[in-house]
Amino acid sequence: MPTDPEPTGPAPTGPEPAAPGPADPEPLIGTHGVAFPGGYTRSTGPVIGRFLTELRDGRLVGVRTASGRVLVPPTEYDPLDGSPVTGDHPGVGPAGTVQTWCWVAEPRPRHPFDRPFAWAAVLLDGADTAMLHALDMGEAAGAEPPRALRAGLRVRPRLRPEAERTGAVTDIACFRPEVTEVRDTGRLDYTVRADPALARYLDAQTEGRILGSRARSGAVYVPPREVDPADGTPVTEEVELPPTGTLTTFSVNHVPDPRAPEVPFVTGYVRLDGADVDLLALVSGVDPARVRPGMRVRAEWLPPEERSRTRPSIRWFVPDPPPDPLREPAPEQEER
Amino acid sequence: MSRAAAVVGVGQTHHRSRRTDVSMPGLVREAALRALEDAGLGFADIDAVVLGKAPDLFEGVAMPDLFLADALGARGKPLLRVHTAGSVGGSTAIVAASHVRSGAFRRVLALAWEKQSESNATWALTVGQPFSASLVVGAGGYFAPFIRAYIERSGAPGHVGWAVAAKDRRNALGNPYAHLRMPGITPEAVAASPMLWEPLRYLETCPSSDGACAMVIGDAGAARAAPGPPAWIRGAAVRSEPIAFAGRDAVDPRAGRDCAADVYAQAGVADPRRDIDTAEVYVPFSWYEPMWLENLGFAEPGRGWRLTEEGATAPDGDTPWNRSGGVLSTNPIGASGLIRFAEAAQQVRGRAEGHQVEGARTALGHAYGAGAQFFAMWIVGSEGP
Repeated sequence: MPTDPEPTGPAPTGPEPAAPGPADPEPLIGTHGVAFPGGYTRSTGPVIGRFLTELRDGRLVGVRTASGRVLVPPTEYDPLDGSPVTGDHPGVGPAGTVQTWCWVAEPRPRHPFDRPFAWAAVLLDGADTAMLHALDMGEAAGAEPPRALRAGLRVRPRLRPEAERTGAVTDIACFRPEVTEVRDTGRLDYTVRADPALARYLDAQTEGRILGSRARSGAVYVPPREVDPADGTPVTEEVELPPTGTLTTFSVNHVPDPRAPEVPFVTGYVRLDGADVDLLALVSGVDPARVRPGMRVRAEWLPPEERSRTRPSIRWFVPDPPPDPLREPAPEQEER
Repeated sequence: MSRAAAVVGVGQTHHRSRRTDVSMPGLVREAALRALEDAGLGFADIDAVVLGKAPDLFEGVAMPDLFLADALGARGKPLLRVHTAGSVGGSTAIVAASHVRSGAFRRVLALAWEKQSESNATWALTVGQPFSASLVVGAGGYFAPFIRAYIERSGAPGHVGWAVAAKDRRNALGNPYAHLRMPGITPEAVAASPMLWEPLRYLETCPSSDGACAMVIGDAGAARAAPGPPAWIRGAAVRSEPIAFAGRDAVDPRAGRDCAADVYAQAGVADPRRDIDTAEVYVPFSWYEPMWLENLGFAEPGRGWRLTEEGATAPDGDTPWNRSGGVLSTNPIGASGLIRFAEAAQQVRGRAEGHQVEGARTALGHAYGAGAQFFAMWIVGSEGP
């Protein structure tokens, strides 16, 4: 039973008087709490007493009415017609279904949680009436009701430990949703060894050189390959390629990616001069609306201090020669 | 030629963004039990199980075949897992068909699934590799440049992509298992949706779905004993090619053309547009309808978009494509190929209900995967060998 006074809110303030004078003093406001020492004694009677006694033992029971309905929490009478209830106290729950709910974004000091939670009407399995209790939707819940909170949500009570139970409705600390998912945080860690051709390719890029390889068929691959993917024959002849080429095709990406400088960004397939396959790369230094297949491009290198053999040292490709904004008016946005 | 084989049972789940009401075993069993019920069989009647799904990173379950063996009634039976990226559902059906056509097994359960809500497929397809700086964001980011190249090459107008997206979503309205339900969809609504990877807009891309599909494939005796009409497998073929090699045409891949030629020869198809009544073709991005119309020989190179524009692939056209709503309406990736094959079978069984093509006797099921590298196709018919 509450013994401490309910804290009051801030004192109400009226409209400011136009010209306060000696005849209109500051209002005098104080707080006042009333509580019976030790709390009121409530006799439970046999029906509610049975409910609370069973609850203290960790069991949920209701009471059956003469018409056969099961009331939870129970009353000594059928609230529909006033007739006495039977002596049958059937077990209910422990699971139940949320009938309706109210989200409490800012709990009051005497609420059972100091973080957002719901008051919910829970229809326990086997019961015909719902009981009101607190519903804990988890520590991550914020000011907005969680999406999972809806009529029909399956919930179960969280009972206080037996030693703390006293035979009160608060022996149920709260309800909480049934378990519907577990989080799997597994992780795989690999040690990866680059194939020798790729290692030579990345090493050469730190020096500003682009390596490729010539297959027996005469086809030039970049990055260099150990075998020709077209026929599986070994590739042994290494060649050096210029940093210039032609854009074969491309996409303007509007989906953000942490590896891209900004949105939209252009990814393109660049056919380096002398190569027979395309290199996938970023295209920059040009308005995405002006990028065209067939455009001549040139590699732009990372500054030497940012180059590393663990990744390509080409930052991106830029138009070659650079676009002249005075000579090339921006084209109409094409709807394709 | 090998022994006769037929689809004798088909089952699939209702596909949704999130099937959080079921576990992975629960999801696959839903489809498997429906297929068995359709075939009038139980797990005890099945001789072997073939399981397909896309990359393990999607659910973070390595070796899902071991994980799901008992859920699929495979204890003590041969169980084989198939993985060919997005085409895996089609490859799964073809492995199961090969099991039966070889004479080694009489009744085989083929099942494919994906529970995309367990993680995020775009993450799984984008996760960085060491020593590289790939900037491909998801499947759409990979395919968009080749779609652009197709448009440049063919001179197709932009509205063709919007028309495909709207058609397939309207088709889905007749399919009770389809994921997306967009009754009011129009090409204009597709055109107004946000740009993701030029030229692909949001509504021109497939959804992410949770779902499973299963089929029972049996021999001639099993087909005679089945309670429902069988779909006879008239041809089945797979082909693959590396993602990059000198001379590769990523817009019109040779593996796709070779696979189609093989399956047409097996089934006696001389002119696919004339000889095939309806096709379920893997179109995860709108533009792949005109692209595959050409790759599959329904149209001359550069003219696929004209068939779409003329309405030839619409429900009342002469070659209805993706009458079920296709991958654009339902995409549990690993299952998407098997759904194509299963929907083709349902058409020739006369079991496609609200999306039945009247009088369909010959149907094509098609799937492709990875960087348009893996192709799987079958042709099913209402007439036995």
